[in-house]
Amino acid sequence: MKSRHQRLIGIGLVLGGVALGATFLLQAMNENILYYYSPSQVAAGDPPEGRRFRVGGLVVDGSVKREPGDMKVSFELTDNAELVQVSYAGILPDLFREGQGIIAHGRMENGSVFEADEVLAKHDENYMPPEVADSLKQVHAGGGQ
Amino acid sequence: MSTTLAPWFGWLALLLIVAGTIGGLFLAPADYQQGDGFRIIYVHVPSAWLSMFAYVVMASSAAVGLIWRIKLCHSLAAAAAPVGASFTFLALATGSIWGKPMWGTWWVWDARLTAELVLLFLYFGYMALRAAIDDENRADRASALLAIIGVINIPIIKYSVEWWNTLHQPATISKIGKPSIDTEMLIPLLLMWLGFTCYFFFLLLVRGRAEILSRERNKQWLKDALGATS
Repeated sequence: MKSRHQRLIGIGLVLGGVALGATFLLQAMNENILYYYSPSQVAAGDPPEGRRFRVGGLVVDGSVKREPGDMKVSFELTDNAELVQVSYAGILPDLFREGQGIIAHGRMENGSVFEADEVLAKHDENYMPPEVADSLKQVHAGGGQ
Repeated sequence: MSTTLAPWFGWLALLLIVAGTIGGLFLAPADYQQGDGFRIIYVHVPSAWLSMFAYVVMASSAAVGLIWRIKLCHSLAAAAAPVGASFTFLALATGSIWGKPMWGTWWVWDARLTAELVLLFLYFGYMALRAAIDDENRADRASALLAIIGVINIPIIKYSVEWWNTLHQPATISKIGKPSIDTEMLIPLLLMWLGFTCYFFFLLLVRGRAEILSRERNKQWLKDALGATS
């Protein structure tokens, strides 16, 4: 066997070993890499109790309520299966609106309301001009009638 | 070969980037949600793509250099590293600038952003390791090994948005089926992507040539060649 073949096999083995190690490491850390929990996971009791965590989902249409004269806002997050009630006091990002994906960071209070101290908007991978978005909406509305 | 090809890549890159910039800034329509803010995509996506592509080029040429003992390949890998690091930094910086108004934060420790930051540190580590070892052959071998091991990070960056919940959105273009971006917006993006890639090869050729010349500075063939032209 030529020495360059040995080097080729050696590098292959090193890469294979590192890949295997990385796979195990990421599998073990899977819980920690999860950036947010979905409302279904919250309902199932997955997030650590009494600790801060993030919950992500879509803002339910018509659920956003602002208290007049205050920064306080409350809304519901959903993953189309479960709901989480969120309350937040602060500035919302530009992309915050009903139907938009949102990630809130905070903790559960009284076991039912999620008190958020940070709200981030999650943008999706779709890019289109306003006219296209409008016509898409009309098609959807027309199909629903 | 480098002297003949490099200008082609250089001019092609300039042409494509100018066309892509005009298309991206003036011709493409504004996004339905983000308005004009989405236009940073025309720098962000090509640089993020090149940050990974440059690493694959660097790692594979380092591997070829290590296995077949070819010095030229080590020179090319060394030439690619600072270019790749610059594109990684550009991707992180533009993403950050976009993230502040859109997400509401400059930085989060989600899987995609963290893995891209690790990539930046891999480039830095590779360059630091090369610079730290005086003996060229030993520097070649040590840094090549680092580059090869670091290649594990590339699929992690690529698939981070699919494997885990991240704040970063999933891929827009490189997914099966139709890209989820309007054609009018897509064309300038593809021009920019091609332009950035040509620019990378231009830099790789020019920097690679300089790397080889500085490495061979004491060799007789170089002195002969210089003597012949002057």
